[in-house]
Amino acid sequence: MSVQPVLLASDVLLAILLMALVAYLVHVRQQPPLQATWRRVTRTALGRVAGTVLALYLTVGVLDSLHYRPALPAQGGQAVQYSNEVLSVLDAVLTPLRTGVEKTYSAPMATHLYAKETVTLASGEVVRVAPPLKHWHLLGTDKVGQDVLYLSLKSIRTGLLIGTLTTLIMLPFAVTLGLAAGYFGGRVDDAIQYLYTTLNSIPGVLLIAAAVLVVQVQIEMHPDWFDSAAARADVRLLALCAILGMTSWTGLARLLRAEALKLRELEFVHAARAFGVGHAGIVRRHILPNVGHLIVISVVLDFSGLVLAEAVLSYVGAGVDPATASWGNMINGARLELAREPIVWWQLAAAFGFMFVLVLAANLFADAVKDAFDPRTAR
Amino acid sequence: MIAYLIRRLLYAVPILLGVNLITFALFFMVNTPDDMARIQLGAKHVTAEAIARWKVQHGYDKPLFYNAQAEGGERLTQTLFTQKSLSLFALEFGQADDGRSIAREIQTRMWPSLAVAMPTFFIGLAVYLATALMLVFFRRSRLELAGVVMLVVLMSISGLFYVIGGQFVLGKLWHWAPISGYAPGLEAWKFLVLPVLVGVVSGIGESGRFYRALFLEEIHQDYVRTARAKGLSEARVLFNHILPNAAIPILTGVVVVLPRLFLGSLVIESFFGVPGLGSYTIDAIQAQDFGIVRAMVFLGSLLYIVGLVLTDLSYTLVDPRVRLQ
Repeated sequence: MSVQPVLLASDVLLAILLMALVAYLVHVRQQPPLQATWRRVTRTALGRVAGTVLALYLTVGVLDSLHYRPALPAQGGQAVQYSNEVLSVLDAVLTPLRTGVEKTYSAPMATHLYAKETVTLASGEVVRVAPPLKHWHLLGTDKVGQDVLYLSLKSIRTGLLIGTLTTLIMLPFAVTLGLAAGYFGGRVDDAIQYLYTTLNSIPGVLLIAAAVLVVQVQIEMHPDWFDSAAARADVRLLALCAILGMTSWTGLARLLRAEALKLRELEFVHAARAFGVGHAGIVRRHILPNVGHLIVISVVLDFSGLVLAEAVLSYVGAGVDPATASWGNMINGARLELAREPIVWWQLAAAFGFMFVLVLAANLFADAVKDAFDPRTAR
Repeated sequence: MIAYLIRRLLYAVPILLGVNLITFALFFMVNTPDDMARIQLGAKHVTAEAIARWKVQHGYDKPLFYNAQAEGGERLTQTLFTQKSLSLFALEFGQADDGRSIAREIQTRMWPSLAVAMPTFFIGLAVYLATALMLVFFRRSRLELAGVVMLVVLMSISGLFYVIGGQFVLGKLWHWAPISGYAPGLEAWKFLVLPVLVGVVSGIGESGRFYRALFLEEIHQDYVRTARAKGLSEARVLFNHILPNAAIPILTGVVVVLPRLFLGSLVIESFFGVPGLGSYTIDAIQAQDFGIVRAMVFLGSLLYIVGLVLTDLSYTLVDPRVRLQ
């Protein structure tokens, strides 16, 4: 079957991020002390388990980021036409789950549909029965009959992207502004402090919601910018990451500023200055390596908070596109169904469960990283 | 001290101006009033006259920064920036898109917000501090290990889970409290139980861990060793020595959010149907009513700066070394 690869903007960014990760791993291999520190992370059982869970989620997310358009069935003599629907490798792997759609809700591992229907039997008798399901669903199906397990797995990519891309966008701001404020001091420090006090003073959720609202209006006003629904949802996801990144750099910047303030008075920095090393050289060679642990710790610590924030923002109406599979959207769509009798709990349980495992793993991993990298931790 | 306060208040002006510029840029330059009108009027094919009428009705029919058609000083005052953004400094919030006065809405809606946010905040603070103190008191024991594991698990659960779970278990299954709603006056307490409980529980993981880390930081200090060497009991060391010394970092995080309690919590209020400022804001976001969002952003920033000043003042209360000049 011939396919046409599709490169969404977030796929490109995720690829860049993965390459950066590989480059960092190579860098770690070349630096024995750093390698020893990371060994300490993986030596603890918790760190290892958490790392494995994160790697599993990452694998699913990466598979879900290889997008393509399948070819439509050839119609004699015509050139190959491609479907409008954008699929991913994960969709191909999960084809039975994706296409096994029921009419409406069904409980996990159920054999019959949730809702009863009026059926006329062969004998002419009219009864209300729950019709049997066409397929078997481990975690049941949602309102429109989609497999909940499939939706949960599709949501992994959204969660990971928000957790990682936001950091990618935030890091350059936090590092350059934080270090510049601390290292140069004076006017530069005043200007940067003013900038982050102003940003901090706006209530976080409000600023994010307001900015997302603006982006949403822009997207609605210009439907011609996007060639497919997937591209539109993707841009909205990226915009959300960008906005989260723009508002969340202040914490790390403050931390780095305080650290750079201390470092610039140390002897090795004075010595470098006496040798005539330029500002850029000093920051790169003497300051940056000494704040590396702070950056690593804050990146892993922020991740879990961002994954949780997505769900809340989606509820507020300032989250990802309603068409994007995400845990926030799953929760939002199912929370009113708890009032049904018998209750429809599996969609909520699946979304919370998948999110919980990812966030717990991220938190445990962050603790392991913090213990290994924090110089104050007793070894 | 007075001089310090005046300086801090003057320092607030450029920050609020910056906030104003950011919101103005977001709501008027990126999103022009034309876009706003089109969204509000709804239909895809709106006529230019309809847009113009909407802009006149809502006072959006003016240039952004400079009005060339006006006379004298009105060239600067008859603009959107002055009328919609700078007027916020005089606490003139204008009207919402439905024509109601935003200021009056804020006055009536801040009480339910406070009724939910204040107990949540203070009960929460007491619970988190007690949890952290207990974990530190019983450190290097099974109890501590279990407690720390619990906290990590609790902080890994989405806040939405606590809301939905609380409503379902306490409200629907056990009928302990109404699922949502609000009543004015003293009758309100019935409706407050659930949101306050959920608010406190959802913060316990993160805050408990945070305060525990603060106390553990103090416990390795020299004065703690001295206190123990004097023969003081562990409880006295903890409550009379460590707690007062940890007060500064605790106050840093606590006092700054106090003034913002007025604004309420977006999520809690809208889930529990509390008619406070949080749900007001959420409704405005969902209805794309920019006037309300702008007013709330400004108010939030103002209260944050008040919080920063209060934080500095509170330092003088707990730490005799701090003097404000």
